[in-house]
Formats: sequence, structure tokens, C-alpha cells
Amino acid sequence: MSASADRTGPQGEPQPPRSARRATHEGERSRRLPRFWASLERLYAVFVKELIQLRRDRLTFATMIAIPVMQLILFGFAINSDPKHLPTAVLDNDHSAYSRLFITALKATDYFDIRYSLSGPEQIDPLILSGAVNFAVEIPQDFARKLARGENPAILVVADAADPTAVNGASIALSGMAAQVFTRELLGPLQNLSSKPAPYEVRLQKRYNPAGETRLNIVPGLVGTILTLTMLIFTALSVTREVERNTMESLLAMPINPVEIMLGKILPYAAVGFFQMTLIAVAARFIFDVPVVGNLGTFVVLTMLFIVANLSVGYTFSTISRNQLQAMQMSFFFFLPSILLSGFMFPFRGMPDWAQDIGSILPLTHYLRIVRGVMLKGAGFVDLAADIAALGAFTLAAMTVAVLRFRQTLD
Amino acid sequence: MNADDEIVIDVRGLNKSFGGKRVVEDLTMQVRRGRIHGFLGPNGSGKTTTIRMLCGLLTPDSGQGSCLGFDILTEQTEIKRRIGYMTQSFSLYQDLTIRENLEFIGRVYGLDDPSARATEAIEQLGLTGRANQLAAELSGGWKQRLALGACIMPRPQLLLLDEPTAGVDPKARRDFWDEIHQLAHEGLTVLVSTHYMDEAERCHEIAYIAYGHLLTQGTTAEIIAASGLSTYVVSGVDLGDLAGTLKHTPGVDMVAPFGAKLHVAGRDAGALDRVAEKFTAPGVVWERDEPNLEDVFIDLMGRARSNYP
Repeated sequence: MSASADRTGPQGEPQPPRSARRATHEGERSRRLPRFWASLERLYAVFVKELIQLRRDRLTFATMIAIPVMQLILFGFAINSDPKHLPTAVLDNDHSAYSRLFITALKATDYFDIRYSLSGPEQIDPLILSGAVNFAVEIPQDFARKLARGENPAILVVADAADPTAVNGASIALSGMAAQVFTRELLGPLQNLSSKPAPYEVRLQKRYNPAGETRLNIVPGLVGTILTLTMLIFTALSVTREVERNTMESLLAMPINPVEIMLGKILPYAAVGFFQMTLIAVAARFIFDVPVVGNLGTFVVLTMLFIVANLSVGYTFSTISRNQLQAMQMSFFFFLPSILLSGFMFPFRGMPDWAQDIGSILPLTHYLRIVRGVMLKGAGFVDLAADIAALGAFTLAAMTVAVLRFRQTLD
Repeated sequence: MNADDEIVIDVRGLNKSFGGKRVVEDLTMQVRRGRIHGFLGPNGSGKTTTIRMLCGLLTPDSGQGSCLGFDILTEQTEIKRRIGYMTQSFSLYQDLTIRENLEFIGRVYGLDDPSARATEAIEQLGLTGRANQLAAELSGGWKQRLALGACIMPRPQLLLLDEPTAGVDPKARRDFWDEIHQLAHEGLTVLVSTHYMDEAERCHEIAYIAYGHLLTQGTTAEIIAASGLSTYVVSGVDLGDLAGTLKHTPGVDMVAPFGAKLHVAGRDAGALDRVAEKFTAPGVVWERDEPNLEDVFIDLMGRARSNYP
């Protein structure tokens, strides 16, 4: 301010009235906090305002609590990528001890639930086509006899592979079972028909989720998807709402800058995100029995980073879109790839390189690795450095775009 | 230099277009400190655009100027700190209470004790018992008072009011103007846009803008004198037919009915005298009168329409 006191007018002469006016202003200023604190105060003004508005908007507030709880319960319990008890039809043309043994072994795998006993091959196709069964098993006539003669008889298993995931587990169980089922029966002269074990052994060590429970994979992933959805939508609406309610013009005419507005608007939702995170984490631990192997502090810090990343994206959308509908559409445009390409629904490594590249941009991809890493594997900051860096870079980029895109004028 | 003569708004050659359409063209104006400056003109004439350029909400395509001694092109932040801008539509947060709205503004402007200042403003507004009511629940007149109260709470040096009294009843309008005059008396400069002639006459100075052009500015008396209009007031029967005839009579530039009378004005006093003589008839009385502000503006608008289509 002192430099401005000797400012000169366009003609090079000092302008007494202006410097006099500045002096009075300076007097008021010197009592005030320094610049940084003044900026924080403005940020706080927006923060308080947003918090009050959030609290008054009952529906939004209810949604914020209901969405995570409902989604977690719904998806956590519902999604299962290794389905058992699949409806199965059996056509036993042999009616021998062997065929009955085969059917019993089939049931014992837990994958097959025999709903139909058929009497003719023409009954198979309609059942498969209508989706009444996923599997149909046809045991040929003279199966036992041909088996004993070493004629290698074939059992036909028809599977509805329209949904590969649904029949995958069952198929694996089926081949495993087929190799073992008659071992005890094929004794004495029939022993040479029995399959021989390989001359060596492969030991598979399944770490972190040895039982292959979907729950352990899905629930930590849900932390990420739920936070993405809620954080994105709430902030996406935050700036467009000001425009639609005619308050934007006044706000822009006030001495407040875009960064202060952005942070003031984002922070209340970061608090909401923190609350949601706690809710989901508690539910994961106590309802779904997901272990938290790693450090809880690491989990909290990195989840907050992820929350801020999503808030920045939402805020960026908010500065680009002209109304709330557009903001919502953009949010979903971002949300769908987040779910499909991040590795939440399908294995990340199963995607072609270009899709993996797209996936690598999305914050959810990195967060899924982080959250699964911390919760299931006990990974720390060092193990996750690459993903943390990616998440941080993304947040910074989104915030920069948001601040640049924020229309400070009405031009 | 007398402090009262200090120029608060000084802009030259401002231009602004939207989508190829010139909304403000070559606007030059000056407003002195402590004055109430009325900004008049028909809808879409560029009043709001001009006000927005003055407070840094719009960037002029060309032109230059200063507001409170700060450059409108480069020092918008400094300007924003020192002005109060009341937008055309109610722009406080409807889902915040009166107190919350005022405290928000107090914090944004960095007032020393936002809460105390809000209380003070609420008392001044006479809203003490209703401080915790939502802004949305206020009537139109109260909303307007609150908006003004919010504007002046940070003690700005310049008030920009964009059609502040639109849709407000006459009593509330009168109170509003009394308040404006009080503020101006205390040294605040006010630029107010309006459609109402009675409000225009309450301003110290007026600027009339149409089709993006500043057509005239000065005090009421100056504007009337500068218009060069002579006016007759015609009273009598069957004035409707007469008005129709006069509109196409050479020497008559403006015909406007005022209640039971007709205002007839022309720039050529001699020609108008002859018209008056010609149409004077039994039951139709022509009387010479001073033109009023409305006569001048209607005439200006008619001319502007043909000059800037």
C-alpha cells in the first residue's frame, strides 16, 4: 500500500483526493489481519455459507447419508462374481451306479442345483434357451459299460455361456470334479483307466483373499465408487446453482477470488466425504467383516486425497456447465468409465492397452489399488507411491482447470 | 480542488458487443462525488451492461476509464472492494436467514466484527425481530431494503443500483429514495438506473441512454434547456383524433397523451406556434408550457430510433 501512495495521475501530477482516500482506507486496513488471513476469512465466509445451505437442503442432506449406506448394503451383499447353486438339468440315459455317482458328485460341488430330471434330449434346448437352467448334463446310454471297456465315453455338459462370469466358476469345478470322481471305483483291473497324477506338483499360494471371496474385493472398491458418485454430484451442482439462483452476479461483484470461492465450496463436501468414509469403513469392518490389515491413518489420509480429487473434478464440471442438468450429465459421463475402466467391475489387466491408458487417468483406478492395498494387503505409502503421485497430479490438474475455467466476469 | 467536485466515475469511449451486436457504443460519462446520478433509458439500451463494466463484471471491448480512481480494465479487485452493487434481481441467498446473509457479506468484505455489523444493519433496517427469518420469506419491498442494507453495510464509496425499485410499491419507493438521498448527503456517490420519470427527477444528474448511445446528460433543467423543445398542452374533446392528425403534421415532433390532455412538442418553436394556431378550435384549448423530462425523453427516443436502427 505504501507504494501506491505516490501514484501519479495520467498527467504525471499527484492526485491529492485519491491519496487522501487511500489513507483513510489504509487506516481501516492496518487494524485488519494481514493479506493471508483476510483471504482465509473470505474462504471461511463461503465455507460457512455452503455449510448452512447444505444443512437447510434436507433432501440433499438425507441423500448424502442414504446413498452410501444403501449402496454399501445393496452391492456389498448382492454382488458375487463366483455364483453357486446354478440351476441345472440332468438327462441320465444310463441309470447305472456310475451315472448316479457322477450326479451326486456334481451336487457335492455346490455349484450345481439339479432342478430338472429330463427324459429326452429334445427337452434340453428349450430349458437353456429360456434361461431356466444354466447347465444341462447328458449322460449317454451304456456309459458304465463303455467306461469299463475303456472306450472313453463322453458326458455332454451344455452351459449357457452368454454370461461368462456366471458359468466360469462352475466350469472349473466341473473339470476338477470329473478327474477325481471315479478314483475310488476304478480299482483292480480297472485301475489303468484311472487318470494318473502329474510327476510334479504346482503349489498355488493365494494371498490376501485365499478363499476368493468377492466381498473382500467389492467392499473396499465400493468405498471408492460411492465417494466418486456423491462427491462428484454435490460439487458439480455448486457453481451452477449460484448461476441459476441469480446469486452469481453479486458474488462476482464482491472482493473475493476464484480460489477462495472454490476452496470454500469444496471444503464442506470434504467434511461430508470424511463422514461417508467413516460410515463405509465401519460398515466394511463390522458388517462385512473386511479386515483392515494396513494402517488406519494411511487409509484416512489417502481417502481424503481421493475425496479432494473427486471434488475438484466435480467443481471443474460446475464451472464448465451452464445449468444443473448439464452438470449432472457431465458427472455421469465421468462416473460410468470410472466404474467400468477402473478395475472395480472387471479386472484392470484384462483390458487392452488403450483402455488401461484411459483407466490410468481416472482417480478411482488409483484409489482402488490404494484401498485394496491398505485394507487387504497392509500396504504403506512407499508401496503405493506411484498411485499416490498419480492421484495428487490429477487433483492439481483438475483444480487448475477449475480456477482457469471459473468465469470471473460475465463476459 | 473541491472534494465535492471530485470525479468518481470517469469513462471514455466504452464499447461492448455481445455476439456481434453492439450493446454499448462509444459511451463517455463522468459522475461526481456525493451525487445521485440517474441512468435512464428503455429496456435493452445498455444500462446494465454499462454498470457491469464499471464494476469489473464485464470487460469493455475498447475504451478506458476509472472508477474511484482505479482503472476499470486492470484494477477490478480494488474497485470491487469499494463499491456496493445491487443487481436487478434479488441476489441474496434465499435459503439463508437475514443475519446469515449479512454476516456472509461482512466476512467477504473483511469487516472487523461481521456479527456486530450485521446486528447494526438489522437494527437500522428495522428487522430486529426477524433476523432469523429466511430471506426468501420476505416481501418484495423488504427484500429490496435488505439488498440495499447489504450493499451499504461494508461502507462503500460508490453505490451502483440496477433498477432497484422495479416491482416495489410507491410508499416503499419513496422511503428508498429518502434513504438514497441521506446516503448521498453523507458523501456516498450513487449511480442508479431506473425507468421511472419521478425517480429521474429526484436525481442530481441524469444520463439518458438508448440503443447503446448516451443521448444526453446533465441536471433536469440542463437537459430540458438543451432539448430545444417547445411544448403545448392541449385540452378539450375528441383529442384522440387530433393526436392522430398531429403525429403526421410537420412541425410536431412528439405527441403524447397525459391523462385528459395532450402534450405536443416540437423543436421549431415558430412552426409549432403555427400548428397551435391552426388547430385551435372551439372546445380545443392550446396552452404554452415548459417541456417536462418525459417529453424530452420520448422525443429523444423517437429520434434515436431513426438514427440508430
